[in-house]
Amino acid sequence: MDIQSWTFIIVGATFALYIGIAIWCRAGSTKEFYVAGGGVHPLTNGLATAADWMSAASFISMAGLISFMGYDGAVYLMGWTGGYVLLALLLAPYLRKFGKFTVPDFIGDRYYSNVARTVAVICAIIVSFTYVAGQMRGVGVVFARFLEVPINTGVFIGMGLVFFYAVLGGMKGITYTQVAQYCVLIFAFMVPAIFISIQLTGNIIPQMGFGGTIEDGSGMFLLDKLDQLHVELGFQEYTTGAKGRWDVAAITLALMMGTAGLPHVIVRFFTVPRVKDARISAGWALLFIAILYTTAPAISAFARTNLITTVSEKSYSDVPEWFSNWESTGLIAYEDKNKDGLIQYVADPAVNELTIDRDIMVLANPEIAQLPNWVIALVAAGGLAAALSTAAGLLLVISTSVSHDLIKKQLKPNISDKEELMWARAGAAVAVVVAGYFGINPPGFVAATVALAFGLAAASFFPAIVMGIFDKRMNKEGAIAGMVIGTLLMLFYMVKYKLQGFGGGMPEDWWFGISPEGFGSVAMVVNLVVSLVISRMSPAPPEEVQEMVESIRYPRGAGAAQDH
Amino acid sequence: MMEFENLDMIMKDNEGHKRYWKTNLRYLVILLVIWFLVSFGFGIIWVDELNTIRLGGFKLGFWFAQQGSIYVFVVLIFTYVWLMNRLDKTSNLDEN
Repeated sequence: MDIQSWTFIIVGATFALYIGIAIWCRAGSTKEFYVAGGGVHPLTNGLATAADWMSAASFISMAGLISFMGYDGAVYLMGWTGGYVLLALLLAPYLRKFGKFTVPDFIGDRYYSNVARTVAVICAIIVSFTYVAGQMRGVGVVFARFLEVPINTGVFIGMGLVFFYAVLGGMKGITYTQVAQYCVLIFAFMVPAIFISIQLTGNIIPQMGFGGTIEDGSGMFLLDKLDQLHVELGFQEYTTGAKGRWDVAAITLALMMGTAGLPHVIVRFFTVPRVKDARISAGWALLFIAILYTTAPAISAFARTNLITTVSEKSYSDVPEWFSNWESTGLIAYEDKNKDGLIQYVADPAVNELTIDRDIMVLANPEIAQLPNWVIALVAAGGLAAALSTAAGLLLVISTSVSHDLIKKQLKPNISDKEELMWARAGAAVAVVVAGYFGINPPGFVAATVALAFGLAAASFFPAIVMGIFDKRMNKEGAIAGMVIGTLLMLFYMVKYKLQGFGGGMPEDWWFGISPEGFGSVAMVVNLVVSLVISRMSPAPPEEVQEMVESIRYPRGAGAAQDH
Repeated sequence: MMEFENLDMIMKDNEGHKRYWKTNLRYLVILLVIWFLVSFGFGIIWVDELNTIRLGGFKLGFWFAQQGSIYVFVVLIFTYVWLMNRLDKTSNLDEN
């Protein structure tokens, strides 16, 4: 059977599964819509969090990115997993004990201020929209490549599906579809990885094959071979980095704190019954994420080796079929500069004849390794699962911010639960349409926006929440000033160095040599310092807020706190 | 506002609560130091020094940056869960 038929069958089957789950798990109250009723098993929540977290970027782009970055790719690997340690130790248990529905709920109550609540709502919406646009685009790209429909049609199909289960089921529907999506995406990621590991190194476990010997008769370790190939072609050694140490550290830290501060991840910990469940489900989540995140760098090294040995100095007329397939999508381009009919793939841009889009490293990997067609179709279904699960989680945050944090908490406090639920569904519906619009008309700054989402989460939420728990003296003046200044500083730096606004600037002008991707760390520190200084110069928070902080530090009584 | 069913307990058992929180903070500091060491320390700051040591086909610093730190992160969270569950029990603060 050809790739396209396989893709129709596998993608169709997974979509039918998601729709079935959505019909089975309809939400009947706001509590079900916002936090799935608060009774989700920690293991289930761990699976759902892992799918929620791993986006189209993790599934499709990350291994390719690392493949081209070598050692420097570690910023994503450590940044996007280390954040869970912060989440489990510094945030999740306490927010669960606090026991409301959203992150702005916590900020608004802890800082006894609707200004703080509104700042948090705005940050949550900006962060979520910048993130969701990329997911919708990812859905479109996968559809376009594997089912040969226009990208826009792919976006519409994705919108329709997310609309169905997010609007109908809210958090309840999303939780159980995410569990299914995790299973699909991890299976789809691991199968080709295992195949390729066996082919290349003879080891069934990719993480072991990564450090194993290459099966080409040379007896060399794979990474040594790759380093050698890189040096021969004039590239930086694969296992050493090109970025500055400070920048690597700053990006890693910004991604960690951003991960811990992303509202769609935090909100998942409101769905479990007890404080101890919040702790352990962070552990399960990271374990399930780590399966993909420790496999990804192995895939990167395998794919890199495969690519170089397949194309370098080979005759263009003899290239395998996948090469021309992907050439037609424009993601691979070959220009015979010296007219020798061979492919020169080298570091020097004047001599190099091959350009490769990083995204195809995962998508084309099964074809490069000549795996069966069903494996290729499986990768398409996995990419869709990753994009859809993350999109749904983000859309829920947006709809909740509107119906709960703005309408119920500020504009119309007296509406009934049923009306609030209606607002939540309407919010989700509007958010799907807006996200779809961004998917079809991607803003030119998409590359900047993902870094921006993490930078903003690190510069706004992370310090405000951590200090809200660990510093009883922190008051609304300090927290609001910190969030506003941290956010504005982050926006300023991003606009200046990514979009060339405010006079622009080159990498040589970066403050302390820190890239816009890593600047979230600096903005976070500024937020922290501003908050601490201002809070100590203004009145202490009211007695009942201090008592609330005291009570969230001890686990007993979380069940009662669920009541609203 | 939230309900404080444990408020009078806080009053009665203030010392126990203070001890509980102090112990929690001590666990946090220890675990976060390890978190920092394996990622920022072994994976970034001392990566070149560690790269002179080999772990099978890996240079050790590279292994920490792309594999080892992630394994340690998982272990850290489960260790914290175990420590806190034990602390909840001995402080009589565990949930029913």
